[in-house]
Amino acid sequence: MTGPPVLEVRRLTKLFDQVVAARDIDVSIATEEIVSIIGANGAGKTTFVNLVTGYAHPSAGSIRFRGQELVGLRPRDITRLGVCRSFQVPQVFSTMSVLDNLLIAYGLADSGRRAGLHPLASRDRVAACEGLLRVYRIEAYRDRPAAVVPQGVRKLLDIAMATAREATLLFLDEPTSGIATEEKFAVMDIVMAALAQRKATVVFIEHDIDIVERYGTRVVAFHEGRILADGPAAGVLGDSRVREHVTGRRRA
Amino acid sequence: MRAPDRTVVALVMAFVVLVAAGFFLPSWAVSLLVVSLARGIVALGLMVQFRSGLVSFGQALFFAVGGYAVGLIALKLRVTDVILLPLVGVAAATLLGVALGFLMRRYREIFFAMLSLGFSMLFYGLLVKTETLGSTDGFNVPTPTVFGLRLSVLATRTLLYDLTVASAVGVALGVHWYLGTILGRLDTALRDNEVRVEYLGYAPARVIHVQYVLGAALAGGAGALTALAVGHIDPSMAYWTTSGELVFVTILSGTGSVIAPFLGSLVFGLIQTFALQYAPSIWQMILGVALLAIILYFPGGLWSALERSRVRA
Ligand SMILES: Nc1ncnc2c1ncn2[C@@H]1O[C@H](COP(=O)(O)OP(=O)(O)OP(=O)(O)O)[C@@H](O)[C@H]1O
Ligand SMILES: [Mg+2]
Repeated sequence: MTGPPVLEVRRLTKLFDQVVAARDIDVSIATEEIVSIIGANGAGKTTFVNLVTGYAHPSAGSIRFRGQELVGLRPRDITRLGVCRSFQVPQVFSTMSVLDNLLIAYGLADSGRRAGLHPLASRDRVAACEGLLRVYRIEAYRDRPAAVVPQGVRKLLDIAMATAREATLLFLDEPTSGIATEEKFAVMDIVMAALAQRKATVVFIEHDIDIVERYGTRVVAFHEGRILADGPAAGVLGDSRVREHVTGRRRA
Repeated sequence: MRAPDRTVVALVMAFVVLVAAGFFLPSWAVSLLVVSLARGIVALGLMVQFRSGLVSFGQALFFAVGGYAVGLIALKLRVTDVILLPLVGVAAATLLGVALGFLMRRYREIFFAMLSLGFSMLFYGLLVKTETLGSTDGFNVPTPTVFGLRLSVLATRTLLYDLTVASAVGVALGVHWYLGTILGRLDTALRDNEVRVEYLGYAPARVIHVQYVLGAALAGGAGALTALAVGHIDPSMAYWTTSGELVFVTILSGTGSVIAPFLGSLVFGLIQTFALQYAPSIWQMILGVALLAIILYFPGGLWSALERSRVRA
């Protein structure tokens, strides 16, 4: 690990009725680390992100972001602190155009809570967002409603929206899910190149082990709400329990 | 240089034409326009909420609050200034909107609609029970004055007409600007995906509250203008059928432009006037058929029908 921790999670627990979605999770993530979270379906990966970003409320435990406790804060408060996320199922404004989606994301990032009364489509903001569409290689879909563009474009749009703020800590929930296998690397290349300039700490959830090996320097394996293994990719992926519970049963 | 905004141009032209027409139009047409434009102002507020997927089924509450605020101030405090009175209506409705908004912002869909209906019926019941306000009969609103002067009947009518035209065009321009701002554009965003708005760092409830207060202010002002123009107010202003008419006009109009609610309201007023005159027994049926036809053929309202014909032309 390098540098002081950006995120420090202690004894994080979440119970949904009978299901234990998180149990005593201890993890700490350092500045500018690129961490990959793996785990079978239902292992609690998305729940972990939901807990950290305030969407779900932990049953117990603490989550500190640069020393500040996040438990009890709402997603919008946490977003404003610089912890952002993209979603497993893209969360976009489906009837609005791809460009308008980005404009809203950037408009809100610029204006903060009070100053929503500036024109959204200012010339500067439109130019900046068009530049971003090119970075993410989705400029061809600029004026199409988000509901009708291909899933891969929607995923990229979702990620572009999540990074509208200068995020210090960014969670990507399965950035390549729903994308054809042969395009996954290209998509990850685009995303990682866009993020490289940001000096953000990135945590991405991924099922595809080839992607994990290629982009994640550190791997955290989840199993039934617990962390099974945590460390350098080679070590975790070689762990016998990880092989048994995670990588052995790869999702179709 | 940027191309001039078509909506702004159209509104400015409408203002000039309407004010000029005021000198020639027969009195029934002037009354029809005043009532229709005022109703259009309320529908404009509903349209903004509609864009977020919210339907206030009790907007008559604020319409009546605006009307009664004017009536009370004029009657009890003898304030009759034609500019001051509508502002009093706006202020009263705005204050109530801010207060109720704290509750309304927590509800969506049918719950939002029913809660707003509940508040309006509460107010209706209150008005009907209050004998000092004339119960179901209501009371007459004193004739407004200009700088303390009382004008002739004709001059007063023209003045109220011009004031209504100016108000309608003014608020349409204002809302048009609002819909282009970050906050204004969040309306559709909210309907599409509240979770994403929250995750972009903004409180969805805040947007809804702003829209609710905006709708209240517009309805209050429109109620005040209507009270002055008609010269009489009664509890039917707050009744659910009034709210229903307003929702009807909003759906009929469509949400494509700030001009739409005024066009829709005028069409509604025309159907109402002529149907009442020539087919008094079935005029509501005619309205029903008109709405049905719009919903079936132009789900985006009259405005989308207009846009479609313009594309074809
Ligand atoms: N809101 C909820 N209510 C009840 N149970 C839930 C809720 N959210 C998640 N769970 C349960 O918690 C467990 C962990 O779910 P989670 O979505 O975190 O899994 P995941 O690791 O992201 O899986 P996947 O790879 O399928 O996305 C599952 O058993 C799931 O059914
Ligand atoms: Mg998941």
